Amino acid sequence: MSLTRQEHVFLEKKIGRKPTPAELQIVAAEWSEHCSYKSSKKHLKILPRKGTRVISGQGYDSGVLDVGDGYVVTVHIESHNHPSAVEPYGGAATGVGGVIRDILSAGTRPIAILDGLRFGNIEKDSHARWLFKNAVRGIADYGNCLGIPTVGGEIEFDECFTNYALVDVAAIGFGKKEKLVKNRVDKDDFVVLVGGSTGRDGIGGSQFASDTLESENRSAVQIPDPFIEKLVIEAILEARNQSCIKAMKDLGGGGLSCAISETADALSVGIELDVARIHTREPGMSPSELMVSESQERMLVITDRYKLSILKQICEKYRVPYSVIGKVKEDRIMQVKVETNTIANLPSNVVANAPLLDRPALKPKYLKRLERIKKPNTPKDMSEILLRMLENPNIASKIWVYGQYDHEVGIRTVVKPGQGASVLRLDNGKFLSVKIDGNSKHCYVNPRQGAMGCFEEACRNVVCTGASPIGMVDHLQFGDPEDPEIFWTFKESLEGLTEFAKYFEIPCVGGKVSFYNETDDGPIKPTPLIGVLGLIEKKPLHPQKIGSGDMLVIVGETKDELGGSEYYEYTHNLIGGTCPSVDLKASKANMQAILDLIGSGLVNCAHDCSKGGLAVAVSKMCMTNEVGCVITMEKIPAQKLKDDEILFSESHSRYLISVSPKNIKKIKDLLEQKGITSEVIGKFVGSSLVFKKTTKTIIHLRVDKAQKKWLSSLGLLVAHG
Amino acid sequence: MKAVKVGVIVFPGSNCDRDMHHVLSDVFKLDTELVWHTQELPKNLDAVVLPGGFSYGDRLRAGVIAAHSPVISDIKKMAEKGMPILGVCNGFQILVEAGLLPGALLKNTSLNFMCKWTEIIVKNNKTPFTNKFKLNQRIPISIANGEGRYYADKETLKSLRKNNQIVFTYCEEINGSSNNIAGICNKAGNVVGMMPHPERAAEPIINPKNSKPASMIFDSLLNNLGVAQ
Repeated sequence: MSLTRQEHVFLEKKIGRKPTPAELQIVAAEWSEHCSYKSSKKHLKILPRKGTRVISGQGYDSGVLDVGDGYVVTVHIESHNHPSAVEPYGGAATGVGGVIRDILSAGTRPIAILDGLRFGNIEKDSHARWLFKNAVRGIADYGNCLGIPTVGGEIEFDECFTNYALVDVAAIGFGKKEKLVKNRVDKDDFVVLVGGSTGRDGIGGSQFASDTLESENRSAVQIPDPFIEKLVIEAILEARNQSCIKAMKDLGGGGLSCAISETADALSVGIELDVARIHTREPGMSPSELMVSESQERMLVITDRYKLSILKQICEKYRVPYSVIGKVKEDRIMQVKVETNTIANLPSNVVANAPLLDRPALKPKYLKRLERIKKPNTPKDMSEILLRMLENPNIASKIWVYGQYDHEVGIRTVVKPGQGASVLRLDNGKFLSVKIDGNSKHCYVNPRQGAMGCFEEACRNVVCTGASPIGMVDHLQFGDPEDPEIFWTFKESLEGLTEFAKYFEIPCVGGKVSFYNETDDGPIKPTPLIGVLGLIEKKPLHPQKIGSGDMLVIVGETKDELGGSEYYEYTHNLIGGTCPSVDLKASKANMQAILDLIGSGLVNCAHDCSKGGLAVAVSKMCMTNEVGCVITMEKIPAQKLKDDEILFSESHSRYLISVSPKNIKKIKDLLEQKGITSEVIGKFVGSSLVFKKTTKTIIHLRVDKAQKKWLSSLGLLVAHG
Repeated sequence: MKAVKVGVIVFPGSNCDRDMHHVLSDVFKLDTELVWHTQELPKNLDAVVLPGGFSYGDRLRAGVIAAHSPVISDIKKMAEKGMPILGVCNGFQILVEAGLLPGALLKNTSLNFMCKWTEIIVKNNKTPFTNKFKLNQRIPISIANGEGRYYADKETLKSLRKNNQIVFTYCEEINGSSNNIAGICNKAGNVVGMMPHPERAAEPIINPKNSKPASMIFDSLLNNLGVAQ
């Protein structure tokens, strides 16, 4: 894995000579797809990035949002797919570590982690179970040890991830605006490498991640050490408090090569460093290895001569190793030396800016085939079908997973995992609601609408806690971008997200693109993952216990949109059809209506409809509250649909709310005034979930029986694997 | 109000230190100081809390390295003098490893880290941290640990019972702990260790059930220290 012929020519032209071997290694790491975004960068410009709350500063690795009263929230998302597919424990753990350091590098304390996990079919595939189990353990061991709560996430199983894994981690930070690292440096400032020692792990990791996964390259996988990371976090935050940090960057993909070149480029300076000064884990490492090693738990700090001794004292207090490896220069050259011997001397803007590509895009042929499917027959026993759906690993409770994550540490977690978006309290009395969502099954059938749907789903979840969306992060994961059909799906997804973001004026404050998610069996389905942050000024909607006698109201229309649905795939083994699409106008109106209703205190509990549709959403409300519900199916606002379609269509912009009978008139009036499609469709009563149509009972399911299956399904699968 | 001061000990890897500090100082308005483990224990302390976390990354065995920290010898002296000392989660593990409390904490029977809400029952209401409770009163509380299974041999369990050293038990079989023990004290009763996290349960906004009982653990301390409420 190295530079292409064209890139070679480009590099020689730029520097006017042949590069040295060390220079080639440095440039190859930085110009990998993983670090350079050479395929996607031109396209990513379309996403809206500005907003009233967005604070943009040079050199930030995370998005920064102003939440008022002098406080900021930071957010970032990353994946660690290739490493996790080879070594799930270490791959997932170091995925957590990497994104945490991005939050830290802005000068904010990490306060929450969310993770999105994707594996093959764990019901059939024991390797997928092994990957799943160990990735969860990796995240748990790392996050728990750091004392950063893992407050939420989402999990999807699909055969397209066979022998592979998508491990996405989003992290949230919080801090004072005045304490943000300014990223301004001066000539002769010191460049200090703080944290774990540099070893031979993760050599060439970013190039490894920029190719399809064909063989297991274990040396490219990094080794996790959460204890060092914890000490680094505390040392860095103390150094921040004592104003020791003029600029900071974490070491991730591409190691020192990327950190140095990107810092120098972003700050318009040069950096001179001596690799012989780096504290190493093993002797005899070559200068190139030192430059591209992706050993974890390392931060690059730039400080001045007045503060260097304080920084050293702080590192010594926490026993965090450090080495002063270089100095800032004015000439914008990245100069790498071994003692007095220069081995690389490159303009930092050349290293940090790979030549960008124009990849061809072509609408994939498979889409035509997916549109032409024959609708399945409606099964007879819908109660049995619903019970099976609740056991479906994609829908089953994820308590086996989040029960292993410390989601309480930090004592901010107001709304706990397991019920949509999680809510954290902030020091200024406000609340932050966070959710990540993805749906590869929808995106496969329709990359544009699928991506918009993921975005809306994350918004819906946040809105159900009473929060208004203030920012989003995206993680766009696809196969080989050199395949025009795959590249088309990337562009479509991106355009869908852009359209939604612009319509709702939700700025994109960070993101990442991950290509080459392929194995010998082919590419993954398009998997954009969207994280949405919402802010609550007063009090969040704490889901209240649904009382017997409460009414069930649906907001939004149910449509014939079962393409890519759990029902089609899980029950009928059918992939295709019409995927749910987002009607932007209705989406906005419904969202605002829900926020207004929650704000007026008329709602006891709000839940969105997503995977598994209306039937699954009502089931979840019943199982969580241990109460039955009787639903009159004719009341459900829908086009002319068959029973199974009404129950399991995954149409967007739908919300279920439970309302006390005394408030039902007010709610109906408010929704009617706004012209919102809505209806009272049922009543919470008894101990069974009943769907009725005229006098016929379509579904009758005992809630305790359903709850048992729903809660235990995932744990049992894993225990037997 | 009598001026009293509580120290929260911070080891490398402690991660509930700031949470405990927040609850003691912001919720219960106690003068609270974070004390780094190599520091000498401040002379004017009236009580000490060892918070939860992963001191030394749980290497070797949870709490065993921290139990050899410089500050521990000071804590042992204070324990002998009768000062109220509370160890929560990793703090409990450290007290056990330091020999201030009997028994051991083993891996949970699930072999997994467990984070969940449960209830514990007050079995000794004479300690500095339980004097406001009625016997057998229940406390909704959060647990979060991987090595939280309390173990002691038969003889030790017998003497724990005999000396009224069992302070809290779980209301359910949760992780394989001997006699469902969730917390114990030393013979004198001034040193208490517990696996559940009272600092996560003492504020209504983050307690999904009822925060009043857990807050009585801190009220008991205030009561013991003679602070008017």
